[in-house]
Amino acid sequence: MSSPKGRGGDWTPPLPANPPQGRGTSDEGRSRLEGGPEARSQQSEPLLEVRDLTVHHGQLRALDRVSLRVFPGEVYAIIGANGAGKSTLLRTIAGLHRPTDGAILYDGKDMTKIRPERRATGGIVMVPEGRRLFGSLTVEENLKVGATYARKGPWTIERVYEIFAWMKDRRTQRTAQLSGGEQQAVAIGRALVANPRVLLLDELSLGLAPVIVQRIYAMLPQILSTGLTVLLVEQDVSQALRVASHIQCLLEGHTTLEGRPSEVTAEQVEAAYFGLPGGNGGAGSPPVSRGGLGGIVPPERTEALWHGSTPSSRAS
Amino acid sequence: MAWVNAIIQGILTGGLYALFACGLSLMFGVMKVVNLAHGDLAVIGAYVALGVITVTHIPALWSFVIVVPIMAVLGYALQRTLIQAALDRGVLITLLVTFGLSVVIESGLLQFINADSHSLGVGESIITGSFSIGSQIQIPYLLLLIFAVAVVVLLGLQYFLSLSRYGRMIRAVADDQEAAQLSGIDYRHVFGIAAAIAFGTVALAGIAYGMYSQFSPTTGTDTILLFAFAAVVIGGLGSLWGTLLGGIVLGVAQQIGAQINQADQVLAGYIVFLLVLALRPQGLTARRAQS
Repeated sequence: MSSPKGRGGDWTPPLPANPPQGRGTSDEGRSRLEGGPEARSQQSEPLLEVRDLTVHHGQLRALDRVSLRVFPGEVYAIIGANGAGKSTLLRTIAGLHRPTDGAILYDGKDMTKIRPERRATGGIVMVPEGRRLFGSLTVEENLKVGATYARKGPWTIERVYEIFAWMKDRRTQRTAQLSGGEQQAVAIGRALVANPRVLLLDELSLGLAPVIVQRIYAMLPQILSTGLTVLLVEQDVSQALRVASHIQCLLEGHTTLEGRPSEVTAEQVEAAYFGLPGGNGGAGSPPVSRGGLGGIVPPERTEALWHGSTPSSRAS
Repeated sequence: MAWVNAIIQGILTGGLYALFACGLSLMFGVMKVVNLAHGDLAVIGAYVALGVITVTHIPALWSFVIVVPIMAVLGYALQRTLIQAALDRGVLITLLVTFGLSVVIESGLLQFINADSHSLGVGESIITGSFSIGSQIQIPYLLLLIFAVAVVVLLGLQYFLSLSRYGRMIRAVADDQEAAQLSGIDYRHVFGIAAAIAFGTVALAGIAYGMYSQFSPTTGTDTILLFAFAAVVIGGLGSLWGTLLGGIVLGVAQQIGAQINQADQVLAGYIVFLLVLALRPQGLTARRAQS
């Protein structure tokens, strides 16, 4: 976050020409989610709410008064380029960063000062960026660690073996021996067995081949069918638009766009993603002006993002 | 035959050194703390045993029943306060803090007890005796017992770490504290448990040393800590069974050195220690304890 790492071919190609008109497996997830516009209605209380969250990494303001409300059953996607503050937001919600200001409410209760392990046992469980499995433990031991302080709920290690069929045969292998995609599956399984109410997914696609990413996201409907709420961070915008019921775009620590995927146009997302002055922010968010960045990020940073914007192949 | 005897004595002494070393290795493996007060804590264990024996008149052999829990509680408390506070400020700070702790313990013992040497008298003749194989090989029961204790402790640790729930958590926390937190594990508590176990083995080491030899306030740093370090380095950092192997190699080297010249006993051990550091710095067993 502190360095402009998002140059060159490192980041995701922004958008498909026509966004989310779902295809294949993703259709399932979307239609199910679109079945619930009432989910965001006035009567229902948000399960997770973030109010004016400001987070600093040293001098750098990684997040600047970001707010969001996640309602039960939603798939809420945070999109944005590298360094936009997405992961910081998720890690702060999980308790791994202390916010400078603002509040995190879970089920109506203030969680801002609660330790990360208490949030996890309370039902906010994160799949961290880069998997972060316990490398010297076997697949099954990783899942058992995840289940140590599990809440009551539908997910068990057996259930995880059902949705990831290969895992049972390889449960005695150390996770260090697995491929990236397999490790990601174990990381998801380790989070699921804790029976979270809110599942935080940080950059599932990072470092994985597109076909693997597709396969992992295809599991999402099965996971959602057990009644969890998902808040995910994704650089791969097209993937996020396909699965999300609500999206929020961050740029340099600010919210630049918020809305349902069906309500926003590709142009709006693109503008919000790159911070184009001409962009037309959706759902009441004002378009980003360069002056509004507070001088945190050197100007060439945004320039570099622009020049690097040719859809480059993802490292897999 | 004298050489065979030296090697057997060396192997058995290795059990004592493994007892010295396994707590040091565990604390390094789990929380990356190099506990420079390790030897002094073993000496504290020996003094506590001396006190317990004096007050309750239980046999020295059974003093561990009381001393090990006392030291384990002390370990948990020290880890959750002083050592955790140091860890929060950086791994290097733990070196300073444990070094300070070592100085404080040593000075405290000199100040409040005295500089005299003590030993834990073992009343029973069967323990103080020895049996002989042939005419030259003499095996003291006490050394054999200590070796057996070391093997039992290592086996117990191995089973605990690989099979129990807390053992699994300890390994998970050693791998990735943050990921463990995300699974709902309070790593500071797990560190405390690991420290309690390490201090329990330290207590055993102190009692064993007290029965085997004489201890004084300075024994902790000038003997126990150094031998523990040597055993850990020779065996391989963070490897449980490596500490036994390291202890045995150290013990055998010392006994062979003594066979050549009585004055060279300790020197021979350190020469092997230096050779391992120079030629195989990862230790003789490069793999980790949890294999």
